Amino acid sequence: MAIEPATELASAVPEAIVAEGGRTRVAGLAPWRIALRRLRRNRVALAFGALFLVIVGMCLAAPIYADQIAHTDPYTNHLTEQITVHGVKKYVVAPSGVPIGPTYSGRFFLGADGNGRDIAVRLLYGGRASLTIGIGAALFTTLLSIIAGMLAGYYRGWVDAVIGRLLDLVWAYPVVLLGIALGTALALGGLKIGPLQIDGESKLIPTLVIAVIYVPYMARPLRGQVLALREKEFVEAARAQGAGSLRIMFSEILPNLSSSIVVFLPLLIANAILLEAALSFLGAGVRPPNPSWGTMIGDGVERIISGPHLAIVPGIMLVLNVLALNVFGDGVRDAFDPRARVRASH
Amino acid sequence: MKRFVIRRLISMIAVLFAISIATFCIFNVIPNSDPAQRLAGRHPTKGQIEAIRRQWGFDKPVYTQYAKMMEKIFTGDLVSYVSQVDVDKEILQDAPRTFSLAIGAAIMWMVFAIALGLYTAVRAGGFADRFLTVLALIGISMPVFWIGALMNYYLGFKWNIFPNGGYVPLTEDPLQWAYHLIMPWTALSLLFIGIYSRILRSNVLDTINDDYARTARAKGLPERQVLLRHVLRNSLIPIVTLWGLDFGAVVGGGALLTETVFDLQGVGQYVAESIAQLDVPPVLAVVMFGAFFVVVTNTVVDIIYATLDPRIRLT
Amino acid sequence: MTRVEPILRVSDLKVSFATDQGLVRAVDGVTFELLPGEVLAVVGESGCGKSVTAMTLLGLTRSPNARFAGSAHYGDTELLGASDAELQQIRGAKIAMIFQDSASSLNPVQRIGKQIAEQIQAHEKVSDAQARERTIELLARVGIPNANKRVDAYPFEMSGGMRQRVMIALALSCDPSVLIADEPTTALDVTVQAQILERFRELVAQMGASVILVTHDLGVVTDIADRIAVMYAGRIVEQGSLDEIFYDPQHPYTWGLLGSIPRLDRPRPKRLPTIPGLPPSLANRPQGCHLRPRCPHEFDQCAKTPPLQSRVPAAPAHLDRCWLSCDQKRELREIEPGVIGLRRKHEVELTKGGAGA
Repeated sequence: MAIEPATELASAVPEAIVAEGGRTRVAGLAPWRIALRRLRRNRVALAFGALFLVIVGMCLAAPIYADQIAHTDPYTNHLTEQITVHGVKKYVVAPSGVPIGPTYSGRFFLGADGNGRDIAVRLLYGGRASLTIGIGAALFTTLLSIIAGMLAGYYRGWVDAVIGRLLDLVWAYPVVLLGIALGTALALGGLKIGPLQIDGESKLIPTLVIAVIYVPYMARPLRGQVLALREKEFVEAARAQGAGSLRIMFSEILPNLSSSIVVFLPLLIANAILLEAALSFLGAGVRPPNPSWGTMIGDGVERIISGPHLAIVPGIMLVLNVLALNVFGDGVRDAFDPRARVRASH
Repeated sequence: MKRFVIRRLISMIAVLFAISIATFCIFNVIPNSDPAQRLAGRHPTKGQIEAIRRQWGFDKPVYTQYAKMMEKIFTGDLVSYVSQVDVDKEILQDAPRTFSLAIGAAIMWMVFAIALGLYTAVRAGGFADRFLTVLALIGISMPVFWIGALMNYYLGFKWNIFPNGGYVPLTEDPLQWAYHLIMPWTALSLLFIGIYSRILRSNVLDTINDDYARTARAKGLPERQVLLRHVLRNSLIPIVTLWGLDFGAVVGGGALLTETVFDLQGVGQYVAESIAQLDVPPVLAVVMFGAFFVVVTNTVVDIIYATLDPRIRLT
Repeated sequence: MTRVEPILRVSDLKVSFATDQGLVRAVDGVTFELLPGEVLAVVGESGCGKSVTAMTLLGLTRSPNARFAGSAHYGDTELLGASDAELQQIRGAKIAMIFQDSASSLNPVQRIGKQIAEQIQAHEKVSDAQARERTIELLARVGIPNANKRVDAYPFEMSGGMRQRVMIALALSCDPSVLIADEPTTALDVTVQAQILERFRELVAQMGASVILVTHDLGVVTDIADRIAVMYAGRIVEQGSLDEIFYDPQHPYTWGLLGSIPRLDRPRPKRLPTIPGLPPSLANRPQGCHLRPRCPHEFDQCAKTPPLQSRVPAAPAHLDRCWLSCDQKRELREIEPGVIGLRRKHEVELTKGGAGA
């Protein structure tokens, strides 16, 4: 999946190929343990997983960095200031408009941007924004997809039809298009549904927008699994014991979806982060002057002629982050379904 | 077959209807602001706002506005809020650019994805496989607008290997047309090559040890023939459908990031700019154009799939 | 009697696979010969190595984690080490294979006629039209009605029986001298099975081909086999002619197999005799005779691997791997008068007095 991705074929394509989700195990906990053991042996995946956590940690530490090391915040313009670097006095933003390059010291470690702001500080704060939105959206998508997939797959009939049509509608739009449409529209006046009020400037808006966009990609495969699971004997057995529908859905069916969800999640987060970057780049996600890796790339691309590193640096952070998630996600998927791998010699 | 096509036509009308309503709602119902005020610019007088409201019909109820706009789309009479330009004409101008981008990229990504996917599958587990898989993963992890902008800067601006954005129509000069499009094609393809090569690799790995591949070898066929005529051919079938869907999505405005970065003035870029300005008519028109195209492509792809795999019956 | 040259000579064949759980010895020293025109049935339960043996002859088990030892001679060629080019010449044309699952063994999106023609054209220089004609002929010979229409059918459009006939036609298409049939009728129901075996036997006799028939079904064996090799846990434990095996079985495992066949011509036994216990794990086999943990007649000698040799004075070609003497065997193998089978271990303890040592 990606920013300009495929839409899934509604008819005959086997889901195992298209969905990239894991396969359903009907047994209880044992598959988890087997998968965990397999994952532990995959050192590359674990290394990239650790990389992701390191980046998250760095971004969480943004306030500390800003306070203790860079002595500034992501919004302050130091346009007319001068600082001393290695004994030489320099303008943060030269009169010609070219900002200072990387100083590799406490202040302006990676240099300044066109508005005289500390890039390193903005990078970390931007990471906070991108990561919170990305992870938040992914979690929200998961929640909505579980509900939608479960209801549609379990109750079938008209519930399935209605949910199916809603999913189809969201799915019919190219992803970025829907994103900027919703993002721009909602950013104007915020979201007002009854008692729920969200300010247009809030980060919750892009989070919700991205979350809703990805729901069809996850809800579909989940619905398929629920459809299959509800016919299994253990569901029948639970029903014979007098369990109600809700109980069955949560204690019998949901645990069996968990391996699919776990496999899907890293990839979902990766795509959410990429989509947020795209939306922010176009101005429909995080609103300036708030930093996000997307807006920073946008700023950098605008002034790319004066210095590409403004665009390169946030891009590299973004790529590293998404790559880490993709490699780790690959490892998770292999751990749950190693069929796709061919072992060489031992 | 006939029934299948008719059913698809009906569903297409339903989809277009639903999409147009949804898009209309997004722009006219959700935002809590007044479109007339937005159009009026800075410091408008009450009279000016009223005039605009009457002129564009904002004083009428929502469903009337919607009906009017739909009517205008189909009569080719639709005019943008912002630039007073005829929307349909604009789309017609921009469409060939988007098509050029889509077709070139689609061919490029398919060729490379097949080569990469097949190679990594055959050499699965080896160094080449792991290395190329990492490359594919990097391809998936790079935002297309970032890599596109960097390509444009380094290859276009700085080192002058390729032209710095812009578009030359095919009819004018085929060589220049291709020359200008190589970078956008590559930027757009990188992502898809990453995705498709991995899907193909997975499919090939599934089929390469399948029973019928074993039978093919037991027949005394050389391995190359087994790979190409049996394994690859069967592995490609599900991919053809995905390819068609992606192609449809790209034409329908899904490549707007690439178009914007390289300033190709295609349909995607047009709709992105319109959205930013909250200019509803072009958005509506493009979205419907895109949806139409996607449904047509889906249908064609389904038909092709049924011809390739005789087990599939069109419903 | 002058000795006829065997067409296939397998000598101490060993096939193992390196896996996560260690080295799996699928085939642990298999030796046999195949004479021209004869049908050799290789019998055993799942996992005994019979399929791996069969597929190794055509080099279909080659993979990065496979290890081979021993030899398999076909004419002048040593199959185990043969190059890809040599193998391609032999596969289909000299040695052909019929696989078990016809549904998955045929390319699902290709017409069956095309699949047969492909093999013909891989080995002989014939035009498309000629190949097609031959295919139609073959389909008719294996008993497919309306062959000239069916030649364009897809596998999923045919019934299991029809598909299996297609597989047979495919195998026979280049007139091979050796046919390896891996459980050719297992996936079919009994009536269809009988028809297909009948046809198969006719065709084989007509063409003078030799057959290695891999199966776990002794009923199938009685219909068409000349000689039988019984396999257990990677080894051949008994080998002899059809009569020898059925009327004078020498190995306890064979007794168990024979005893477990329900028979219509005998009164129903109180309990359906089965072979107690489970076959050993493929990676972890017992020392000496593999059947030892399950065999009620085992004694100290069994810790040493019994060699495959003839212990029956009057039948030098009847080989087995059991240390017991021929007389002991003939005494121990009847669990009831006239009924051959394998007792359970604790039963033998109780009736102490008859067992060896």
